[in-house]
This record gives sequence, structure tokens and C-alpha cells, in this order.
Amino acid sequence: MPTDTDTLHQLAKQEYKYGFVTDIEADNLPPGLNEDIVRAISAKKGEPEWLLEYRLKAYRHWRTMTEPEWAKVDYEKPKFDEIIYYSAPKEKPKLESLDEVDPELLETFNKLGISLDEQKRLTGVAVDAVFDSVSVATTFKDKLLELGVIFCSFSEAVKDHPELVKKWLGSVVPYTDNFYAALNSAVFSDGSFCYIPKGVRCPMELSTYFRINSAGTGQFERTLIVAEDGAYVSYLEGCTAPQRDENQLHAAVVEIVALDDAQVKYSTVQNWYPGDKDGKGGIYNFVTKRGACRGKNSKISWTQVETGSAITWKYPSVILQGDNSVGEFYSVAMTNNRQQADTGTKMIHIGKNTRSTIVSKGISAGFSDNSYRGLVKIMPGAENARNFSQCDSMLLGDKCGAHTFPYIEVKNPTAKMEHEATTSKIGEDQIFYLRQRGLEMEDAVSMIVNGFCKEVFRELPMEFAVEAQKLLSISLEGSVG
Amino acid sequence: MLEIKNLQASVEGAEILRGIDLTVNPGEIHAIMGPNGSGKSTLAQVLAGHEAYDVTGGTATFRGEDLLDMEAEARAHAGLFLAFQYPVEIAGVANSYFLKAALNSTRKARGEKEIDAVEFLKLVKEKAKLVNIDEKMINRSVNAGFSGGEKKRNEIFQMAVLEPKLAILDETDSGLDIDALQVVANGVNKLKAEDPERSFIVVTHYQRLLNYIVPDYVHVLSGGRIVKSGGKELALELEDKGYSWIEETVGA
Ligand SMILES: Nc1ncnc2c1ncn2[C@@H]1O[C@H](COP(=O)(O)OP(=O)(O)OP(=O)(O)O)[C@@H](O)[C@H]1O
Ligand SMILES: [Mg+2]
Repeated sequence: MPTDTDTLHQLAKQEYKYGFVTDIEADNLPPGLNEDIVRAISAKKGEPEWLLEYRLKAYRHWRTMTEPEWAKVDYEKPKFDEIIYYSAPKEKPKLESLDEVDPELLETFNKLGISLDEQKRLTGVAVDAVFDSVSVATTFKDKLLELGVIFCSFSEAVKDHPELVKKWLGSVVPYTDNFYAALNSAVFSDGSFCYIPKGVRCPMELSTYFRINSAGTGQFERTLIVAEDGAYVSYLEGCTAPQRDENQLHAAVVEIVALDDAQVKYSTVQNWYPGDKDGKGGIYNFVTKRGACRGKNSKISWTQVETGSAITWKYPSVILQGDNSVGEFYSVAMTNNRQQADTGTKMIHIGKNTRSTIVSKGISAGFSDNSYRGLVKIMPGAENARNFSQCDSMLLGDKCGAHTFPYIEVKNPTAKMEHEATTSKIGEDQIFYLRQRGLEMEDAVSMIVNGFCKEVFRELPMEFAVEAQKLLSISLEGSVG
Repeated sequence: MLEIKNLQASVEGAEILRGIDLTVNPGEIHAIMGPNGSGKSTLAQVLAGHEAYDVTGGTATFRGEDLLDMEAEARAHAGLFLAFQYPVEIAGVANSYFLKAALNSTRKARGEKEIDAVEFLKLVKEKAKLVNIDEKMINRSVNAGFSGGEKKRNEIFQMAVLEPKLAILDETDSGLDIDALQVVANGVNKLKAEDPERSFIVVTHYQRLLNYIVPDYVHVLSGGRIVKSGGKELALELEDKGYSWIEETVGA
């Protein structure tokens, strides 16, 4: 993998690099949640009646639910009364070119090293930048529109393509699904919408950068991706957050639908503020991500690199409904200091000859706790279903924990399941070998950890793979020596 | 080049090296022989800076610097190379990537310009040819799934690329077929020819290797001490008589 170890080394030495707060005035609703707040959010966004109804139903259902306790994470529960459920930058321009973008925002992106300019020029990636819940810049839209590809903010989609949103919203993750999904369905702020029409292969990787910015603001992103028959899209999501001193809740919902012969590849690099060395001030990341392979021969792949957040609770899943459909989950989860991650996947085999692959790499350092939790379920009608699972854990130091909870339910005897799991300590002899050849200690550790994650990184688009390696190195900071 | 005086070292409380004296001048080849468990690998690891070993006494000076005071990577940067008796596998890390990073880290530490991908490839081809190694090997993960012999060849290849001042070869000849043995020996001899000031410490159990790599001195290590030193003919004598006669005469 082409990464400059010197860069890695520099990065490894930095304090959380993306810890800064941009000074754009936010337009906030009062904290707390009730039906009026839900109505206000909907009104602010100028939503149609059906969507308000959807939100209200979700809100009423959420009120009946309690927070899940089963995950192996320990944290102070968010005070839902103190959260601000909506904030938007005061300036809310509709822009066609970067020249029109608020210079301070551009500055923010520059600090993140993801200037839209560069993105446009170098990578041909269309970027829909979500800045504190409202999209302020979208690129390449015209080119995509020519092909009939819709890639826009969720609110725009509600205005411009209400029939599509109405048809698919909640079709994979119903608002009744779980506590956080219900909350999101009631108050989601914005997010991305992506629609690939029949037979279209999206020619570029679609990318969204999320950024949490307003103090005390819950971030409730909503993403919906629909790939019609024979369509293909690769979607990238990446995020960083500024350093701050209070916990921030993030409860996103991502839904993916793949119809006959369609393929969706969803890649994430998550780098939210993990809190300081004592775990203070980090992001709570409670995400529901699910894809449905509705059509025959369809395929959905999740690839994630999770290095950030104080608490991560996240199980990107695939429902394999169509015959011969394929689900994949490739994950790297790195925890350091006091971080806690409980992450994994669910593969639900319903159709015949459905196949799923799970590759999970957990790396724990410091006092962190890292759990893999996976469910593979073979339903009675799933003739000849196949699953391959591989869960590897690596420990750096002896104060951290790695746990694996693989659940398997097989209701069809023709199923073939393979499961492999390993736990290893990063080897003193490996580190010594690399140092003997001249590598600095931190570079040696980075190299071994990156090597351990290779099978996942190679699933990532090139520029993301490089980014992912850098993030791992940053996260490893202080874990050795 | 290297001057070791009364070096003592222990691991997990057990004393292994009990006072080693050894001087290696530029351009010399020293062979170290001795029974299993006598401390040969320990000496090599201590010189290379493995932190599992505690140095409990003595000194070691390498090219004018206090070797024992340096981090493992600093020793490498100063020109010390260890070909391991048991090279470790590192999954998912390509040999080429690792070696380029190692080389550049060393160059940087020496204030030299870093080498780019094109130059590196050229260097690799050249060195692969020099030590007669299949260059395809460099695209594989470091030692992962390598046969015992391939691992040893890989050590020699790395040595050729990193161009050390002093190379310690810890039983690099063990488990090699005749061809591979030639590869190792040729590698050493060519590197020696490349830079006549280059020194080698060759740890081996077999006189056979010393037919190809002709040592200036042969030392016998036993019970953590050098109990006998001599010229290359000592190796022949050992081959003939074993170690017991020495141990008896020294009363170790
Ligand atoms: N990490 C360790 N922990 C405990 N004992 C050790 C360790 N490393 C070495 N020893 C002990 O130190 C002694 C010397 O070992 P060393 O590997 O240096 O021998 P050697 O001369 O290289 O032997 P061989 O010819 O078999 O390679 C042995 O008794 C060995 O068991
Ligand atoms: Mg040995």
C-alpha cells in the first residue's frame, strides 16, 4: 500500500488534528424534544404533510421505547432533553461553484485536507458536503443528471423527487426498528439521497463529508441510496469532528436498496472526535445502517474503517432477499485510550444461493474495549446459502479488551458456514524485526497494524485507503513506547 | 568497527552472557561457533538492541559510538544489520514496501536524500541480481508463507539493499540446500567485494559454510563466554572433534 511512512510518523505524533471549531453562526431550535419541535423541524425545511406525519409517527413510537442495553459499552446516557435537534448555518446559499461558498467553510475543508477544489480536480469525485446538517455545496450534479443519477441532499430530494423519497424512505429501516432509528426518523436533519436508474453504472465515486460543528447539537443524518435494475454505484462517506468538551450524540440512518442485478458499494472512514485520553468529550455514534438486496443477483458491500468516536454502536447489515444475492462486510475498528466500540454486522439470508462474506479486524490499544458482534441468519427458504466469517483481533498492550460475539442461526440444512477467529498480541519480535531494519518504533507499529488490516483496506477506493492508513496512525498515537 | 568488552546480559533474570570480549576490525570476517544454547543468538540480539535482554555489565562500541546506549533503529542507521535465525512473518506488509520504508528511514537518519519508487526499483533489481534472488519475492508479504530457505535468502537480500557496515548472520546457513548455501555465501562475498571495509560476524554450526565464506577468526562460545579463538583451521578441528575437548580444557 503506497503510504509514506514519514507522513505516518508525523501524523502519529499529532494531537487530534481535526480539533477546531468553525465560527459560523448557527440557527438553533431550543433544546429538548416534543411534537412541537418535530413540527418546527419539518416546517423549517418546508416539508410536505406526509413527511411530517412520518416524523410524528416515529416520534410517538420513540416515546414508547427505551435505550438498548445489550451492547458491551458503558457510558452516561445522553440527556435527550438537553439536545438541540436542529441547527443550520445562517447563510444557506444555493451554489453552483466553489467561488460562492462561504470562505470560512472552505477554510474548514482546507484544514481537513479535503478541499472541494482538489477533490474536483484530482479525483473526479462529486462531493456533497454536509455541513452541520445542511448541504451547502454540491458538485458534479449536472454531469450525473445527464445519466439520470440523482445525488443531492436529502432535503432537496424531498422537494425535487418526493415520489422517490416517499416510496423508499423507511423501506429498509422502519422507524419501529430500534430506539435510535426511531429518534432519527422523527428528527433527521438532512443527509444524502442517491438514485441510480436502471442499467446505469455511476461513472464516479459519490462522496459525502460529514462534519459535526455546532455545540451541543445532535446530528441526525439520513441517507437513502436506491439502485434500480442493473445499476451500480460506489458511495463514500467520511467524517471528522472538531474537538469539544461535551458528548455529542450522533444517530444516523442509512438505507440501501439494490434491485435485480444492482450493486452498491458503501465505504466509510469514520474519524469523529474520540474524546481525550480519559475519554472525555467524545462523540457517541449510534448508527443504523442496512441494505436490502431486494432483487436477484444483487450485491451490497459495506466497508468501514472506524477509528473515531468515544462510543461506537454500529452494525451495517444486509438482507439477502433476492436469489443469488451477495452481501459483504469488511471492517476495521480501532480503539485507543477509553474508546469503546461494539460493531459488526448482520447477514440475513432469505433467497436461494445467497452468499455473504464478513471480514472484521479489531485493534485495541490503551484502555479501550473493542467488540465484534455479528449475526448470520439462514432462513428456511435460503437453499444453499453460504457464509464466510473471519474475525481477527489485535491487542496493543495489556489494558485493553477484544471480544467476539458471533451469533449463528441456521434454519436450512443446506447452508454452509465457515467461521474463523484469531486474537493476537502485537508481537515484540515483529516490532524488533522492523526496527532492526531501521524503522522508528511508531512506524513499525503502524506498518504491522496496517498489514493486519490489508484485507479490508484493499476493498476501499484508493484515496480512501490512504486516508484510512493515516487515520490508523493518528489513532495509534501514544499506544506504544 | 566493533569492540565488545566483558559484555554480560540476562533474560528474564537468567544470566546468559557472562563476559564476552570481541574486537572486529573493518573488513574482517569472524565466525562464531558453539553448542546449542551457548548464547550465540543472545549475543546477536543484544548487539542489535532487543529490549527483552538486559545488559548487566560491560561495554560495546560500534564505529566510535556507545552501541548499548542506542535504540535498535539507531543501531541500524549506524550500519548494523542482523540476519535473524528465525525471521518473523508480517502479514499484509509487502517486502518492497517495508524495505523501501526501512531504507528511507535509514537514509533520512543519515541526512541523505530519500529514494523514490523508480530508483528503489532499480536498486532492488540490481541487488536481486547481485545476490541471485528471484525479484518476485519482494512483492510478497514479509516472510509470510516463505519456506525456511526463502526466509534466509530474504535476509541476505535485505542485507544487500541496506548495505550495512557490519552484518551479523545468525545461522543463516541452517536449513539451506546446497544452492541456497551458495546464494548466502555469494551474497556475503559480493557485499564484501563491494566494500572491503565491510565486516561480518557469521554464527554457524557448520564448517561447510566456512569453505565459502572464509573467516579471519573463529570463536567458540560456550556457557556465555568465548572459550577459544583461532584462525579458520579451528573450524576444521571443531568439525572433527566436537566441542567437548574445548570445554574440558577450559574447564567450563
Ligand atoms: N527470551 C528468553 N527467555 C528465556 N530464556 C532465553 C530467552 N532467550 C534465550 N534464552 C536462553 O538463553 C540461552 C542461550 O540461548 P541462545 O538462543 O542465545 O543460544 P544459541 O547459542 O543461539 O543456540 P542455538 O545454537 O540453538 O541457536 C538458552 O538456554 C535459552 O534457553
Ligand atoms: Mg541461536
